[in-house]
Amino acid sequence: MDISKKQTAILQKFAPYIERFDARSFVWIFLLSLVILVGLYALIQQIVEGHVVTGMRDNVVWGLYIVNFIFFIGISYGGAILAGMLHLFKVPWRRPIMRIAVLTAFISALIGPIFIILCIGRFDRLHYLLIHARLQSPIFWDVVAISTYLIGAILFMYLLMIKDFAIYRDSDVLNLPPWRRNLYRALSLNYQGTESQNKQLAISKNLIALIMIPMVVVVSSVLSWIFGMTLRPGWHSTIFGPYFVLAAIYSGAAVIVIMMWIFRRAYKLKDYLTDKHFAYMGYILLSLGAGYGYFTFSEYLTSWFGSERWDSEVMEKLFNPAEYGWWFLISNIFSIIIPIVVVAFKKLRTPNLISLAALLLVFGMWVKRYLIVVPTLETPLLPIQDTRPEYIHYSATWVEWALSFAGLATFILFFIVMAKLVTIVTVSDYTEKER
Amino acid sequence: MSELSENGRRDFLKKGALGVSLAAWGQLIFSCSSGEGGEAAAEASDTVKLLTPDGELVEVDKKHLKHIHKVEKISQQEARAGIPGKKFVMVIDLARCNNARKCISACQAMHHLPSEKEWVTVKLMKDSKDGAPYWFPKTCFHCDNPPCVKVCPVNATYKRQDGLVLIDSERCIGCKFCMTACPYSTRTFNWGEELDIPADTETHPHNPETSVPSRPGTVEKCDFCPDMVRMGKLPDCVTACPNGVFYFGDQNEDVVTNGSETVRFSQLIKDRSGYRYMEDLGTEPRVWYLPPRDRIFPVERGYESLPDEVKERYKNVGLDG
Ligand code: SF4
Ligand code: SF4
Ligand code: SF4
Repeated sequence: MDISKKQTAILQKFAPYIERFDARSFVWIFLLSLVILVGLYALIQQIVEGHVVTGMRDNVVWGLYIVNFIFFIGISYGGAILAGMLHLFKVPWRRPIMRIAVLTAFISALIGPIFIILCIGRFDRLHYLLIHARLQSPIFWDVVAISTYLIGAILFMYLLMIKDFAIYRDSDVLNLPPWRRNLYRALSLNYQGTESQNKQLAISKNLIALIMIPMVVVVSSVLSWIFGMTLRPGWHSTIFGPYFVLAAIYSGAAVIVIMMWIFRRAYKLKDYLTDKHFAYMGYILLSLGAGYGYFTFSEYLTSWFGSERWDSEVMEKLFNPAEYGWWFLISNIFSIIIPIVVVAFKKLRTPNLISLAALLLVFGMWVKRYLIVVPTLETPLLPIQDTRPEYIHYSATWVEWALSFAGLATFILFFIVMAKLVTIVTVSDYTEKER
Repeated sequence: MSELSENGRRDFLKKGALGVSLAAWGQLIFSCSSGEGGEAAAEASDTVKLLTPDGELVEVDKKHLKHIHKVEKISQQEARAGIPGKKFVMVIDLARCNNARKCISACQAMHHLPSEKEWVTVKLMKDSKDGAPYWFPKTCFHCDNPPCVKVCPVNATYKRQDGLVLIDSERCIGCKFCMTACPYSTRTFNWGEELDIPADTETHPHNPETSVPSRPGTVEKCDFCPDMVRMGKLPDCVTACPNGVFYFGDQNEDVVTNGSETVRFSQLIKDRSGYRYMEDLGTEPRVWYLPPRDRIFPVERGYESLPDEVKERYKNVGLDG
């Protein structure tokens, strides 16, 4: 197919990054693999000894694993819905961001569900979820939601890559080994850029982008209902659906900003990911942050003001500095106040500061998920009358931490690998007529 | 009343026995764990006489006796359907409980549970700062609108027509969703791969009605002892309680008994203002409570003689002063 001059220039720029692994990526891959290996060792411990090696016990039955699950799957939902919107609304500045967004969605969608499997006492019986499925269980809804979503996310990412695969296949700028050419040939599905192919592809892309938006709303609401459907203070809340949807988009947007920053530095992409792009993403963060802050405020205000007995007990734990008070404060400052302030003031609205704010935001959101899961489980309706400290307070063990960091390492590792396979900006989007 | 009680009781037993004769009452089967009987028997305070298979009469320390389930083999279908025509119900008389904790140990012995695992717990409750403290024994409530059952993704925990909520440990995937859904902290989880249970229970045919043997990575809880009921007996916690706190019976027949006294369920609830715990949650428990009015023990009685470790648990209520 025809590759324009502009696209050739872009390919030339990216050639060193996708042609081979340089020493720096090898160091990274090595370090990340070490982290993952430690995680695997922890996993073996957990399989051999059982879940006693975790900090979870009869009161706090869900811990870091569920926190990480909501965290990663939320990031994925966020990446997907943002990519869908940017694509559908033909946002002019989307070109260098789309690829990062769909990769974020795809990779975290692979990692999130792993944590569910880690949390399940009998993952040897995982297939029971299908053969003995029970429609009225929110977990079943989530199984359906996540698998549907995963297919959608993969399709979405793939459709957005087909043109690029054809370009890599046909380009003579790239010096690729034959197996990679063959791979691209297979992946490009014989796309030649003919009129009818173009039209079909455009329609499919629009369609899947359109589907992704309501799908993300549905699937992240389903996720929230795992909590919302229980009779537990701090969970049994009607606001949880939209709250989770918004939190997911918010954390997804922040991760996209972080990845933009990393690639801009690592690949020297200042001409592609300009200050403008960061500012625009910053505006998105600002509006989402305001919405998220509003939800947070109304959720806790109503619980605190109404001060029903059980609600108050959870609130007390969240507000008390001796329990979760500091974390509650940090989570709200990091994930609401700092991003809004950084983006609101022109002086602070620099790529570095926005990315730093995004990093803090993502951390704050992780803490927030912890504060949703653990304090509620530590506050059952009947008093815990036990003397074993691990039955009263949850504290994650090294096994859970090792596996959590392994999850993070896998995320980065997959990103490095994917960034070798495809260019981090969508080459085919840079046509002559646009800009 | 007493005449009615006698009749009611006989009626309950007859129907509850399901074909097993009244002799079943004495049928608790003991086996002597061999070998180590010798030295302990010398200082035994609590002994029983037993007839060995070769006709010899021996006296053994109760400590060396071990309950063995005598279960008729129940099919999975039967275990899921429930005992036809029954609607089991429990009434717990808070006025009689002095935290003797015999229900706990009996239930643990019957289900081969480690000492920390309590399917029936006795909480020390105080509903408000200036309210009166009271002992609160709690089994699974076998709710009629059970949140735990609603959330189970694989139908491992289920509601039967006789009112029981049971768990099939061969089906449970250990997602623990039911544990977060149960508002009464009823369910326990087998956290370790190595369970602290006697190896011989492994050979016991697994059945949701006996909840034995335990399976690692799955959820367990009080099962209302339907295996005992099928033999025409009362659940172990009921018979073990020295104060007759637990009444167990069939709501269809409107009869409950604590082993020594048999009464009309509806009358008991009416006379003693029975209530269900946290009725406002809409879970419709099958366990009723009789308020701790005219108590036969001062509440401290259940506290003073406790080992320190157990005393420590009740610190949040603070009977110490
Ligand atoms: S008490 Fe808890 S475990 Fe028992 S039936 Fe009710 S909700 Fe389920
Ligand atoms: S832990 Fe077992 S019984 Fe409970 S909801 Fe999950 S599969 Fe069902
Ligand atoms: S009814 Fe059976 S399982 Fe339940 S507490 Fe009593 S003895 Fe234990």
